[in-house]
Amino acid sequence: MKRWLMVLPLALFLVVAVFLYRGLYLDPAELPSAMIGKPFPAFSLPTVRGDRTLTQADLQGKPALVNVWATWCISCRVEHPVLNKLAEQGVVIYGINYKDDNASALKWLAEFHNPYQMDIRDEDGNLGLNLGVYGAPETFFIDAKGVIRDKYVGVIDEVVWREQLASKYQALVDEAKP
Amino acid sequence: MKRWLAAAVLGLSMAGVAHAAIDTYEFANDGDRERFRELTKELRCPKCQNQDIADSNAPIAADLRKEIFRMLGEGKDNQQIIDFMVDRYGDFVRYKPALTGKTALLWFGPAGLLLGGLVVIAVIIRRRRAVPAEGSDSLCASERQRLDQLLDKNTDD
Repeated sequence: MKRWLMVLPLALFLVVAVFLYRGLYLDPAELPSAMIGKPFPAFSLPTVRGDRTLTQADLQGKPALVNVWATWCISCRVEHPVLNKLAEQGVVIYGINYKDDNASALKWLAEFHNPYQMDIRDEDGNLGLNLGVYGAPETFFIDAKGVIRDKYVGVIDEVVWREQLASKYQALVDEAKP
Repeated sequence: MKRWLAAAVLGLSMAGVAHAAIDTYEFANDGDRERFRELTKELRCPKCQNQDIADSNAPIAADLRKEIFRMLGEGKDNQQIIDFMVDRYGDFVRYKPALTGKTALLWFGPAGLLLGGLVVIAVIIRRRRAVPAEGSDSLCASERQRLDQLLDKNTDD
């Protein structure tokens, strides 16, 4: 009984130490998205080009990445060439042009190439708000039924894609196959 | 003089920054104004992490303030507004987290630690009290003899 009590402080210390040690390597900026597992929020918005109106139903059918971007977002510029490359490889990417000036967005797409199969124009940020977007770039992973399955906050570069995201996208593609 | 002028200009430019988080909203009544103040204090800015949305200059905080103002105008109650935010941004945005299985440790942990501490103190005090009672007569024969000797010696001097 006494012996056991003597070890107790050491045991408590070790438990706390393990927790704190783990805490050193957690990124506090990483928020778990509240949207995972929920269907894509309803919306009805024009495209960036303004040629048609899109709704959540248009996003169904294929697993895809939904990339939140804007011309004021400096890191989106870094991400853009990677998205272009992914689109070339056949990855389905939809865009949400978030709280942006439409003319600048059109210019951006003309200059840097357009990786988006559809590009939603969310000028007042309401769709972004319903998605829980708190900064760009953010990328949602949706399955063929239009349910949000995952979310990545920050720039997708080639390393991030290869090591973290490619397998997630592939899993959704495999799942969609009959 | 030049230095003073520079300081004054710097000060004035900072005053501008400090005012940036103040929006002008017209509330229907004082109750709404008070609730707006409460809600923006209780909700945490998702972008800037350690500020409430009343305090923050981040564009997302401004959007959320606008959204809260809109929902107040629609007559939503506080719980509905908080649920709206939690649905989108998760429990993270609440400075007062809801009481669930996940957050039970957060709510009761400190009280549990305090209770544990009190128990430990109680045990220690009890033991300390018990020691002199049983130790008063614990000298063995030889020790008692030596003690008597020492005491005698002292009185002789």
